This record gives sequence, structure tokens and C-alpha cells, in this order.
Amino acid sequence: MSTQNTFLTEEMRQQVIGLEGEPVTTEIEKGAIVKFAQAIGDDNPFFNDEAAARKGQYRGLVAPPTFLRSVGTSRPEFPFDVPFNNNLDGGSDWEYMEPVRPGDRITAVSRIENMIERAGRMGTMIIQTTVTTYTNQLGQVVATQTSTGIRY
Amino acid sequence: MADQVYWDDVTDEMEIPQMVKNPTTQQLVKYAGASGDYYQIHYDTEFAKGNNLPGVILHGALKNAFLGQYMTDWMGPLGNLKRLACQYRGMDEPGRPIYAKGTVIRKYEQDGQHLVDCNIWLENDEGQRTTPGEATVALPKR
Repeated sequence: MSTQNTFLTEEMRQQVIGLEGEPVTTEIEKGAIVKFAQAIGDDNPFFNDEAAARKGQYRGLVAPPTFLRSVGTSRPEFPFDVPFNNNLDGGSDWEYMEPVRPGDRITAVSRIENMIERAGRMGTMIIQTTVTTYTNQLGQVVATQTSTGIRY
Repeated sequence: MADQVYWDDVTDEMEIPQMVKNPTTQQLVKYAGASGDYYQIHYDTEFAKGNNLPGVILHGALKNAFLGQYMTDWMGPLGNLKRLACQYRGMDEPGRPIYAKGTVIRKYEQDGQHLVDCNIWLENDEGQRTTPGEATVALPKR
């Protein structure tokens, strides 16, 4: 497969796979959680109403499943230029281990898991798989997000 | 929020009640602000058209959020979301209803948890599945 690639060589792949971005730490604000829940149109009391959420399994407000999209991440630096300017978000695969609560300090680290080249409808595409690990101030991994980015 | 669903009552191939969302351009702006994703294809029509799009389109991550809501609504206050995955296969435009649908594909016990795997997807008003995905939830046992 790699012999037919027009851009990405096996050597380049090996250079980027495993690269990590700088850790980015964000303090989770209650207002940001509520604002996010309102933006997605989710009126679940666990994400909106502290008093109601206190009676639930988490004993307080928690973030909706995709809230961590709003937390800052730092992309790994590439050792070469990628001459494709269009980006598409291909999808996400989340695993959840712990709730995210107001006041948490969440550290996100993104790591390049894989990169391949494909010939698609829009010409050459570079498909990058990135795993972002979100860890709280107690050292617990709260979630991982595997995202697929397409450049063409 | 729906009533509590129990693991005991879930069956293979059981349909999960659908959820309808009616995204608007205003919602896309709110989502841009709340998520920090300010890519102009989600709120600037001219910019979107300049990128060979018919007009502004929904953020993939907003559709991901809709599927998250679909699962957290269904699993109820005692459920736990373990995994949520989706692929953005087709574009969706504001001003058109979008339907979250799903079926149970497997129920099982693992590490003392009562788990259910689901096939889930978003479907547009022409019946096209623009956003297929999968989810795993832990449910309470009676």
C-alpha cells in the first residue's frame, strides 16, 4: 500500500506515530458546563441543575459526555509540512471512566496513533488518528477520545 | 429525562425510542461559543459556499453531542455511559429536523457491570444515516 503513496512515506509515518502534544490543563467551570448543555439543547438535570444533581448518583453537577470537546488540547508538532489545507472531522470514539465535575483540573494530552494516505474522491487524503487522554487532578483518567481527522 | 430502564428489561434488537432535534443557525452559534470551535463553515454562509458547501453545516461534534444526549436520556439517572463513538459520513444542515435512533445489539455482564452495546445513528428527514455510531452503557439491575 505504502508503495503507491504519493506523499506519505513509511519513514514519515514512523516519525509522527507516537508524537505527543504539550499537556494542556483546564479548570472546569460550572458555568461552562451549563452553557455547553444549553448549547447542545440537553436539559438533563445532571448537567444543568446543581440542586437536582445532588440527589443523583454523582451527588453534584457533572459534564455531558462530549463536554471535553471544549477543553483545550495542543496538537503534536509535525517534523514535516503537510501540503493539504482542507480539514474534515471524520469521527470520534470516546471511552468514559470517571465523571467530570466543576472545579476539576483536567489535563489533556494528544498523541498521534496512526497516519495513512488514501486516494479518495477529493484526491489524496491523509487520515490521522489521534488519541487524547484526559486526566483529572487526582491522577484519574476520566476519558479518552480517539478522533479521526482527514486532510485533503 | 426518560424513566429508568433496567438491564433485565433490555432485549437484543430492542429499539431505543427515537429523539428528535431541530438544530437552527442560532444553535450552531451557541455551540461554537460553548465548544470554542469557530470554524466559519458553521456560521458564515458565504464562507461555507466558498468551501463548496451548500451553506452552513452542523459541527460534527454537535452531532456527537446529540448522540450523547440520546444515550444519557435513554440510560436514565442510574445508567452510566461507557463508550460513545460516531463517524461523520454525511453533512447536516440547520433548519431540518434530525433523528437519533438506535437498537440494542448485545447485553452482557463484565467485571460486575451490566452492559448493553447499541448501534446508534443520526438520520436526516430523507432517511439518510449521516452519522452512524456505537455506544455502550451500564444499566442498573433490578
